[in-house]
Amino acid sequence: MSNNLVHTAEPIARLIEELNKLPGIGPKSAQRLTYYLLRAPENEVKALADAIRNLKEKLTLCSSCLNITDSDPCAICRNEERDRSKICIVEEPIDILPLERTRKYKGLYHVLHGVIAPTEGMGPDELKIKELLSRLNDNQVTEVILATNPNLEGEATAMYLQRLIAPLGIRITRLARGLPYGGDLEYADDVTLSRALEGRQEM
Amino acid sequence: MTAPRVYQTEAIIIKRIKLGEADRILTLYTPELGKLKAVAKGTRRPQSKLGGHVELLTHSRLMLARGRNLDIITQAQTINNFLPIKDDLERISRGLYIAELVDSFVGEHIEDRRLFDLLLEALQQLSQANDCEPVLRYFELHLLDHLGYRPQLQQCTECNSALKPETNFFSPSQGGVLCHDCGFHEPLARPISLNALKVLRLWQNCDYAAARRVKISPELDNELEQVMREYIKYLLERQLKSTAWLDKLKQEIKHK
Repeated sequence: MSNNLVHTAEPIARLIEELNKLPGIGPKSAQRLTYYLLRAPENEVKALADAIRNLKEKLTLCSSCLNITDSDPCAICRNEERDRSKICIVEEPIDILPLERTRKYKGLYHVLHGVIAPTEGMGPDELKIKELLSRLNDNQVTEVILATNPNLEGEATAMYLQRLIAPLGIRITRLARGLPYGGDLEYADDVTLSRALEGRQEM
Repeated sequence: MTAPRVYQTEAIIIKRIKLGEADRILTLYTPELGKLKAVAKGTRRPQSKLGGHVELLTHSRLMLARGRNLDIITQAQTINNFLPIKDDLERISRGLYIAELVDSFVGEHIEDRRLFDLLLEALQQLSQANDCEPVLRYFELHLLDHLGYRPQLQQCTECNSALKPETNFFSPSQGGVLCHDCGFHEPLARPISLNALKVLRLWQNCDYAAARRVKISPELDNELEQVMREYIKYLLERQLKSTAWLDKLKQEIKHK
């Protein structure tokens, strides 16, 4: 990379190199963005730089639910109107967004920051499970909703958590697994259909 | 003559990694094409029509289109989803170990029908087994056998003398058993009990049905696991990642 840039001023070359590390940004896009920023108004460039800096400097993990937040505890954990007897367990912070969009869930969350993936060396010790168990030990919580992804690792993680939490006598539920809205029965795989049959409901 | 643009194959999905926004790169094990990687587009979206048909540890019939770099899966239909494996944490974990073992030992694009059959049989056995560990040991033995690493269990690999009915030694670097005298001088060899040796010998030469009939005590089970694990670690020059998780699961059962 730097070989091609020997005739370029050092700050330009450096920004090109940094941008090039981003996903989906190749060397040409990196050059284009760099020269765009060079010509852009100073306040715009400063705003971008600040936004990037704040991302790392101002964000921390919520000490309770371990969601990414700029204030600890996070907005959800602070909200007095949320139901403190329910905790919904998700793999990643980003999984909270679709659940919040439903406006159906009023409880709290717990972010595991990963999933049990033995072949990638991800075990329970790499996840925020200890933090979860200590939250469950204060008696407020009466239901835990397992909302890990409906795939092999997500199911494995849910089964493992079920084992750990069952002795505490807390109600454990799992998000229903079945057919996606707007999908075709024809394309459904047998696992999904079996679950959909098992979980069928009175109309 | 050019190769056809689309082709069909059976495959067992042994690994998958995320790609871009909603895609995955799958590692497939197929009967005619050996191990290969292919892209499954959109499989992380709930509405994906491939979705569950290309989940890990699933045996499916696939249609693939040749891509510039990786081939792309265009259609998929499950042949066997091994639901009993996926409904049970112990079996999922062992299924993933089997998949990692195959992925670690074989290179891409090497046709190997026999290995495909071994893998398929192992997953079928795992679906039915009450005790999963013997299935793993049997699969390990036969996988190594097939790949040319069959452990020598009949006579001493050093002096060729017949093994006496006593505790001998297993040497990963020799790929087999050393007699008591030779093993004593080999620092990397580990003791192997007569029972463990007998079980391994039997499993080397019998089918699953016969292998399942052997009664194994927890101590023996553990010894067999350690012997095979050390041998595999020596051959691969690393420990398989999923072994840490298997150990963790076992520990927790003991605690209860």
